[in-house]
Amino acid sequence: MESRTAEESIAAILAGETSSAELVEDAIRRSEDDPWGAFLARDGERARARAKEIDAAAERPPLAGVPIAIKDVLSTRDLETTAGSQILKGFRPVYTATCVERLEQAGAVVVGKTNMDEFAMGSSTENSSYQLTKNPWDLGTVPGGSSGGSAATVAARQVPWSLGSDTGGSIRQPAALCGVVGMKPTYGAVSRYGLIAFASSLDQVGPFARTVRDSALLLSHIVGQDPRDSTSLDWWKPIEMPTAERLDGVKIGVIQEMLDNGIEPGVKAATEAAIATAEGLGAEITEVSLPSSRHGIAAYYLIAPAEASTNLSRFDGMRYGARAEAEDLLEHFERTRGEGFGPEVKRRIMLGTFALASGYYDAYYARAQKVRTLIVRDFVAAFENVDLLLSPTSPTTAFKIGERVDDPYAMYTSDVCTIPMSLAGLPAISIPCGLADGLPVGLQLSGPAFSENDLFSAAHALEQAIAFDATPAGVA
Amino acid sequence: MSTAVALEPVIGIEIHVQLATRTKMFCRCSLSFGDPPNTHTCPVCLAHPGVLPVVNAEAIRLGIVAALALGCEIAPRSVFHRKNYFYPDLPKAYQITQFDEPLGVGGHFSVLQPDGELDVGITRVHLEEDAAKLLHLSSGGRRAGAEQSVVDFNRGGTPLAEIVTEPDLRSASDAAEFLRQLQQTMRQLGVSDCNMEEGSMRADANVSVRPVGSTELGTKTELKNMNSFRFLERGVEAEIARQVALVEAGERIAQETLHFDPSTGELHSLRSKEEAHDYRYLPEPDLVPVVPAREWVEEIRSTLGELPVDRRRRWMADFGISFEDAEVLSETVELGAYFEDVASRVDPKSAANWIRGELRSQLKDSGTPPWESRATPERLAELIQLVGDGQIGSSAGQEVLAEVVASGRPPAQIVDEKGLRQIQDSDALGAIVYELLAANPKEAEQLKAGKHKLIGFFVGQVMKETKGSADPKKVQELIRERTS
Ligand SMILES: [Zn+2]
Repeated sequence: MESRTAEESIAAILAGETSSAELVEDAIRRSEDDPWGAFLARDGERARARAKEIDAAAERPPLAGVPIAIKDVLSTRDLETTAGSQILKGFRPVYTATCVERLEQAGAVVVGKTNMDEFAMGSSTENSSYQLTKNPWDLGTVPGGSSGGSAATVAARQVPWSLGSDTGGSIRQPAALCGVVGMKPTYGAVSRYGLIAFASSLDQVGPFARTVRDSALLLSHIVGQDPRDSTSLDWWKPIEMPTAERLDGVKIGVIQEMLDNGIEPGVKAATEAAIATAEGLGAEITEVSLPSSRHGIAAYYLIAPAEASTNLSRFDGMRYGARAEAEDLLEHFERTRGEGFGPEVKRRIMLGTFALASGYYDAYYARAQKVRTLIVRDFVAAFENVDLLLSPTSPTTAFKIGERVDDPYAMYTSDVCTIPMSLAGLPAISIPCGLADGLPVGLQLSGPAFSENDLFSAAHALEQAIAFDATPAGVA
Repeated sequence: MSTAVALEPVIGIEIHVQLATRTKMFCRCSLSFGDPPNTHTCPVCLAHPGVLPVVNAEAIRLGIVAALALGCEIAPRSVFHRKNYFYPDLPKAYQITQFDEPLGVGGHFSVLQPDGELDVGITRVHLEEDAAKLLHLSSGGRRAGAEQSVVDFNRGGTPLAEIVTEPDLRSASDAAEFLRQLQQTMRQLGVSDCNMEEGSMRADANVSVRPVGSTELGTKTELKNMNSFRFLERGVEAEIARQVALVEAGERIAQETLHFDPSTGELHSLRSKEEAHDYRYLPEPDLVPVVPAREWVEEIRSTLGELPVDRRRRWMADFGISFEDAEVLSETVELGAYFEDVASRVDPKSAANWIRGELRSQLKDSGTPPWESRATPERLAELIQLVGDGQIGSSAGQEVLAEVVASGRPPAQIVDEKGLRQIQDSDALGAIVYELLAANPKEAEQLKAGKHKLIGFFVGQVMKETKGSADPKKVQELIRERTS
C-alpha cells in the first residue's frame, strides 16, 4: 500500500477509496516491521476497534480515522507509558493526556508509542533505556532527539504523522535529522496536562508530519486552553491550513550567530540555498543578530535541569512504577531511583539540584533566568524589524550512533539553534531544505508568540518551492 | 545563679488553618475528615506522571479573607513555589507553597484582655497544600520501631493558610489567648472550622528568652504541632522554664525543633539546625502568579462585616458589659447576633446575664442554641423587661422563661395566666403594711429604734399575706417610710 500524507488519507477515506480500518491496519503492519526501532509500545487491538467504530459512524470525525503515533512522554490510558525510563517500566496510566484526548475525539487513531531519550533528555534518542532508534536515512546514524521515535516513524512512513515534545529542540532537531516537518508551538498553545514533565517552563507538545499542511492540521486539533493546565493559553485565532506559494513582502531575518560558528558546510550551503529560494519568492532578507543567544545553552542547562530535578522527584516507586527492595526508607529512595534512572537523567538531576541549592540559587538559577530575559528582549527587538527569523535547525546532519554519547557537551550543542526560541517560548518550525552528503538538512523558521499561521504560510511557500522529495532508501 | 538579670520570654506563633473549601488546593478531590483511607484521591494529588496543579479559586478567596481580617496588605502578585524534600507523605516530593512573595503581609491582630489590648504583629499570610497522613503501624505506637508505615492521601493537598506572627508575645497564656481569639475570628469569617483536635488548626511556637530591656532576640527553638490551647500553653511554659534554667546556668541554647509531650510534660528534640533541609525553593512553573483584581479584593473586604474583636470592643464600650461577658457572647456569630438583638430592646447587662445564666441552663438539656429556641430575642427581652420593672420577681421570671422556652408564648400572657404579677400598688401594699405594723407593735417599736434586721420579718409577713405576689423591693420601701 502506498503511503499517503494525512491530508491525502482523509481525502481518500472521504472519497470511499479506502477506510480507516485499512489505513490503521497498514500502520499496524508497518509499526510491527520496525527495523528503525521507532516504537516502544503498540496498541493494535484498540486501534483496530477504534477504526471500525469510526468507519461505522454516521458522521465522520474531522480526522476520519487516520492513524497516528504518540511520543512515549504523553500519558495514554491503559497503554504502557514509560518516558523511555526503566523507572516507569510497565506503567499503565489511568488517564489520557489532553492533547491525545483531543486528537482521539477529532478522529485520529493511536497505533502506538514512540521511542525517546529517557524523560526527553537527549538529542539522539540514545538515552532511551529500552532501545536505539535508527535514522531511516542511514541506519548507522541517530534520528536526533529526544523525540527520535516520532521523527523516525514519520520519515520511515510507518504513520503519516506523530506527536512529539520539544523542550530545547526535541521536535525540531530530530525533524531536521530525519527530513520531516517538525513544529514547536508557542509556549502555552498546547495543554501540557498528561505530558510527563522534563522542564515545565519549556516543554511544549507539537506535531511531526511529512508536509507543512499536515503539521498545521494536526496542530489545529490540539491547541487551546485546558482548564487542567494553568499555563495553557486561550487560542482565539484558529490554525489555518496554509496555501501561500509566495513570500512577497515577508521580512525574513537571518540569524547571524547561527550561520557563523560550528555549522557544517553542507548545512550552511543548504541553508543559503533556502535563503536564495525565499528571496526568489519575494521575501525581503535581512541579517539579524541575537547577541544573547550565545548564552542560550548555558542558561538552558541550568533552567531545564533545575526544573527536571524537582519534576522527577515524584518517581520514588511508592505509588507506581518500578520499586527496589530495601530495608529502610532512605535505601528505598536510593535504590529505586539509583536503579530506575539512567546516567544522563542522573547527571541532569545532579546539575539541577546544585543549581537550586541554597547559596547557589542566585549565582546559577536566578542568573540563568536573567539571561533568559535578555534572550526574550533580543527576539522582541528583532521582531520590530522582521516578520520571521531563519536559521539552520541543527548545526549538523545526523551524526553516527555512539559518536557523542561520551561527550555531553558536544551532545548539548546539537540544540544551539533551537534553544533560544524555547527559552523565549516562541513558535518555530523545521522543514527539510535539502540533503548534505545524502542526509537531510533542516531549515528553521521562527516567529513571535502566536505567529503560527504566519509560520505555516511561509514554511508552506518554501516547502513548495524547495520541493524536497527525496525518501530514505528502503522506505516506501 | 550566675546571673541576676531578669529574663523575659519572646514568643512568635505560626498557625496553619485548613481552609473551609469543598475541594483540595490543586485538584478537585473533595475534602474529608475521617473517611476511609485513600478514598479522596486522583492522579493530581497522587502525583501521577504528567499531571498539573490548578489553583482552587475559593482557597484564594478564603486566604484573602484571612489576610484582610488580620489587617494585611494583599500582594498585587503572589507566587507559588516548590519546597522540595523526599518523604512518603509528599507524593510529588515537593510541597507547593508560597515563599518570598506571600498572599498577604504586614498586618496586626488585637488580642482583647480584661485590662486592655495586646497588639500582635502579623508577618505574613500565605497559602499552601497539606501533606498526606502517615500512619505508623507498630505495637508500641511510636515511629521508631514501627513495623510498617502506610500513607493516607485523603489529607494530601488540603488547602492551608499559614499565618506567621511577629515575636510579640511575652507569655504562654498570652500566646494561648491570642490563638483563641484568632480561632474565633477565622471561624466567624468562615475561613476555617479551626478544630485543633481534628488538626484543622495547628500551631507551632517559636520561643526564646532575653534579658528584660534587651531588644535583641535570643536563640529560638521551635515547638511543633500543639493540638490544644492547653498543650500550647503548657508546652510554651515548659520551654520558657527550660531556657531560663539553661541561661541561668550559663549554658547555650541550641537552635532546634521540639515536640511537647503533654502526657509527661517533657520536651523532645525532633531535629537540630545542623540537620536542616535545603528545600531548594523554585518558583512553581506549572502555575501562574496569583494576581487578584483590586475590585475583587475590595468586594471581599466589603463582605467581612464587623470582626469579632471590633464587636467585643463595641459591646464593652457601648453596652458596658464585662470582658468575660463579651468573650462568651461573641463565641459564635449567631450568639452574638442574638445577644445584640436582645440588648437592643432592654438593658444590655441584664440581657448578658439572662443569656449566659438562666437561658443557657434551661437550654442545656435539649442542646438547642438560643437563636434556634422558642425564646426569641423579642420574648426574652419582654421577660427581662417584666423582671426589670418589678412586675414579676426573679424566681417567677425563671418559671416564665421555662414556659417561654416550651411554648414560645408572650411572657406577659404567661404571667397573667399564672397570676405571677407582683402587687406594685402603693396604696394596696401600704394598707397591708399599716395593718401588720399595728398587729406587731413590739417589733414595730424595735424597728423604729434601729433594729434594722427586723425589716426582713415584716417583708416576710407581707409576702405571706400576699402569697408572694408583692414586689419585695417596694414592700421594703414602704416599711422604711412608715417606721422612720
Ligand atoms: Zn485529587
